[in-house]
Amino acid sequence: MVKDEKKLLAEFQAKIDKGVKIEPKDWMPEHYRKQLIRMMSQHAHSEIVGMLPEGNWITRAPSLRRKAILLAKVQDEAGHGMYLYSAAETLGIDRTEMLEQLHTGKAKYSSIFNYPTLTWADIGAIGWLVDGAAIMNQTALAKGSYGPYSRAMVRICKEESFHNRQGYEIMCSLAFGTPEQKAMAQDALNRWWWPAIMMLGPSDDNSPNSAELMSWKVKMESNDSIRQRFIDRTVPQGDHIGLTFPDPLLKFNKETGHYEHGPINWEEFFNVVKGNGPCNKARLKARVDADKDGKWVREAAEAYAMKHTEKETLAA
Amino acid sequence: MEKKDTQWPLWEIFIQANPGIPHKHVGSLHAPDAELAIQNARDVYTRRNEGISIWVVEAKNIRASSPEDIGSFFEPANDKVYRHPTFYKVPDGVKYL
Ligand SMILES: [Fe+2]
Ligand SMILES: [Fe+2]
Repeated sequence: MVKDEKKLLAEFQAKIDKGVKIEPKDWMPEHYRKQLIRMMSQHAHSEIVGMLPEGNWITRAPSLRRKAILLAKVQDEAGHGMYLYSAAETLGIDRTEMLEQLHTGKAKYSSIFNYPTLTWADIGAIGWLVDGAAIMNQTALAKGSYGPYSRAMVRICKEESFHNRQGYEIMCSLAFGTPEQKAMAQDALNRWWWPAIMMLGPSDDNSPNSAELMSWKVKMESNDSIRQRFIDRTVPQGDHIGLTFPDPLLKFNKETGHYEHGPINWEEFFNVVKGNGPCNKARLKARVDADKDGKWVREAAEAYAMKHTEKETLAA
Repeated sequence: MEKKDTQWPLWEIFIQANPGIPHKHVGSLHAPDAELAIQNARDVYTRRNEGISIWVVEAKNIRASSPEDIGSFFEPANDKVYRHPTFYKVPDGVKYL
């Protein structure tokens, strides 16, 4: 018996309202599946591309301690990408297809990773601000309705808090160091603050079709509300170590209990998303090259596995 | 013709967190064979001592019940309350039952 779409949709919505997770083999509306594939693959790509700006400093980390930490963090990001690709695959898309979309520029990744890491302080700023903003977003997503995505988010959030802290620790050391070091930290904050604020996505009046996604718990909270929380939590952390934010209009509103901020340069944001950020081309090229250069490894491992199975079959 | 690029078979990963408890499904990954699946699973799923043992099962070898049949499939257990100890009355004062 084929149940009609309306009834299935009502059951689907009821499940979500009750807080029951949707699992890969459950019925789901096509738009839900498509939207999740888009979000999850974008998210996976961001984790993978996100390794590049930080990877840039692994060989130049100022101490063995910092190098070990940065290596572990970058390795975590690779892991996050893997969790997310495999979670996305449960919706019926192939990993090769997702990578193809990334490599041909069809799929997007977070705009923030198209900015360069010019000094060591940028590694501090990324952990503190970029991972900080990502955590805000990801804790919201962990409450989402799709089982595999939400479970991946829970795992990722647990790992992110060290990313955030190690970044802030770098900023602290620099901020309390020599005047040159402090200036370096301030310069990194000046360059990363606005991109970090923007990475949480377009403002609510500019981000269409949210209502349905909210009711399906694909999106859990509006971009602006996540952004506000990020700002509220982050500004006192910067104040505490004597750094200033590059926003002359930033001020605490005692009545609302929130920080107010100056206008966001959305033109810059959309320009970077479109591919015109400082590093878009370099990032994409690095990904495509890595894929090309790794091809022989994949083939060799596969040939080895084949030979093995043949032997086992012969022996049996 | 150039050989088509491969993404290797999909493996489901099960991890035992501590001795004496069951292995639990944690996710999946691609690997050319079981040996590398275990290696990769260690790197992807146990970077913080999450496990002491890993099982890998090629995803194509897993068969699952289908969600559409939940009702008819699991219903037979519903009306057999006598399978639970709480179904039985025991006179007051009787112990160790
Ligand atoms: Fe991450
Ligand atoms: Fe991170």
